[in-house]
Amino acid sequence: MKILVCISKVPDTTAKIAFTENNTKFDTNGVQFIVNPYDEWYALVRGLEIKEAQGGSVTVLNVGGAENDPTIRKALAIGADDAVRINFEAKDALATATQIAEFAKAENYDMVLFGKETIDYNGSQVGGMVAALLDQPFISNASKLEMDGNKGKVERDIQGGKEVIEVEAPFVLSAAKGMAEARIPNMRGIMAARTKPLKVVEASASADATEVVSYELPPAKGDVKLVDADNPAELLELLRNEAKII
Amino acid sequence: MNVIVYANTNQNKVHKSAFEATSYASQFASKHGGKVTALATAEAEGLEELGKYGADKVLQINDSKLADFKPELIAKALKAAAEAEQAEVVVLSHDLSGKSVAPILAALTKGGLVSGAVDLPNTDDGFVVKKAVFSGKAFAHTKINAEMKIISVMPNSIEKKENSKESNIESFDAALGDSRLNVVEQKMESTDLPLTEADKVVSAGRGLKGPENWEIIEELAKELGAATACSRPVSDMDWRPHHEHVGQTGVAIRPNLYIAIGISGAIQHLAGVNQSKVIVVINTDPEAPFFKSADYGIVGDAFDVVPKLIEAAKEMNLASN
Ligand SMILES: Cc1cc2nc3c(=O)[nH]c(=O)nc-3n(C[C@H](O)[C@H](O)[C@H](O)COP(=O)(O)OP(=O)(O)OC[C@H]3O[C@@H](n4cnc5c(N)ncnc54)[C@H](O)[C@@H]3O)c2cc1C
Ligand SMILES: Nc1ncnc2c1ncn2[C@@H]1O[C@H](COP(=O)(O)O)[C@@H](O)[C@H]1O
Repeated sequence: MKILVCISKVPDTTAKIAFTENNTKFDTNGVQFIVNPYDEWYALVRGLEIKEAQGGSVTVLNVGGAENDPTIRKALAIGADDAVRINFEAKDALATATQIAEFAKAENYDMVLFGKETIDYNGSQVGGMVAALLDQPFISNASKLEMDGNKGKVERDIQGGKEVIEVEAPFVLSAAKGMAEARIPNMRGIMAARTKPLKVVEASASADATEVVSYELPPAKGDVKLVDADNPAELLELLRNEAKII
Repeated sequence: MNVIVYANTNQNKVHKSAFEATSYASQFASKHGGKVTALATAEAEGLEELGKYGADKVLQINDSKLADFKPELIAKALKAAAEAEQAEVVVLSHDLSGKSVAPILAALTKGGLVSGAVDLPNTDDGFVVKKAVFSGKAFAHTKINAEMKIISVMPNSIEKKENSKESNIESFDAALGDSRLNVVEQKMESTDLPLTEADKVVSAGRGLKGPENWEIIEELAKELGAATACSRPVSDMDWRPHHEHVGQTGVAIRPNLYIAIGISGAIQHLAGVNQSKVIVVINTDPEAPFFKSADYGIVGDAFDVVPKLIEAAKEMNLASN
């Protein structure tokens, strides 16, 4: 199996969210960056498990600038064979997807794996777009993937439940919880990651279908109103008469 | 501007979020001029109600292949409907169906997609849609430059407004081709009140000590007409089913009322619930971080407080409201 896993760089889950330049830029001051959890824990690890069982290769791909290289090395430390970075400042999902599809087209992967969404932009966009651009089937929010030769059996989350699907490679899939157990990189992996190939590919031209013009933080919460533990009925009164929600 | 809405279904019934999407489309069309056309699958039931929220017309796809969820074919049908109706805007729900269909549609139409919209488009300077980002910790105003504008609406964030139209249901033929996905089994949850749609949620964490103690959580939920949820360790330990896990790595919800019992309020948990309108926290530890994000709180032991709450709710007869 020749597997491509698309990884995004995102702020650590505990990062403080703030904006600069008149609320037009995310403030990266003091922010740690990680591989998007869905990409790393589920898509990458499941890709590696399939490779370990059936042979083949796992390449990780990121669309972004040179500042992403340390994050890409983290994915190599988990066990990917090699990495590709398409040198392009990714602003819009369709532009990003266009870059990924252009690259993947020439390489004939058996599967292209994504996370279900990035934890910064929360798009749930790039995977489905790549599938359509490659004209391949798309399975979103997959929580299980078993391969038997080039036949895949996938479980995906749908509204109100789950579905089991059969699909033949090549396909595109976005991964959700359940696909695999997260792996912690060991010392050997981290050492090996330093010398694994990270190829930089120049981007083709593509226009942005969307752009963020500004950010906004939600209004700060006021202080919590405490109710005495001996009189919880008062809580229900407040919810009824003050908050008017019950 | 004419608008197409995808009337998504759950077990063939038009979903609550589809009415929200229809109302969103209708509020936009009333302001900017244009017709709202809803598109539904052949098996969809309850289409008459789409008119109530402002659909001028309903197209029902004449193809039984869509009895199972086939996102690629639905995207093709939406594209065909947009061409037939000369629509430049397509609205979907940002639920599991929209998350799958919308990006395919965007690629097929070279459209600009804003996913998880929480407000109507602002057209003062271009076409700008507000959406939730950073797992609900901020919003981004995103401008769509492409001609085709695709918006998926965050469930529970747009008020459904009635705007009754006499909408006809017409059959719609589109050459959709075959799907390459073969659905072999469906496992539907039997719960009456899916978590993502619930207007009230009672949630509990590791503070409950063990699965055998969930009876009081379920009973309180029943008395309030609420769904139940849990923190991640609770579902990891299999105390509760995985679909109840809320947070960054679980489901994100935005009910009107979220009651967190024995949950510390870790940032990854908050990411999935911080868009709830009112948050109530019950915790023995007055320093629990969750109190900082709460509207109301009780510092106390769940095993003492929750049974009293159940009694009070029974007295107020809330379940019957
Ligand atoms: C990348 C990442 C993603 C994550 N994603 C998620 C996610 O999606 N969802 C999620 O929930 N977590 C997630 N977590 C885990 C998260 O960081 C916390 O560890 C978790 O939310 C803690 O669960 P808890 O509050 O139930 O347990 P604890 O943190 O153990 O808190 C238990 C609370 O119960 C209180 N308590 C104890 N006894 C009682 C009693 N008798 N009555 C009342 N209160 C009592 C305690 O004071 C304490 O505040 C994630 C973590 C990481 C690193
Ligand atoms: N810049 C990027 N480079 C490579 N893959 C990406 C990039 N951005 C997003 N992805 C992939 O697309 C998925 C969905 O991203 P999004 O549409 O932004 O939610 C992510 O989980 C990644 O797998």
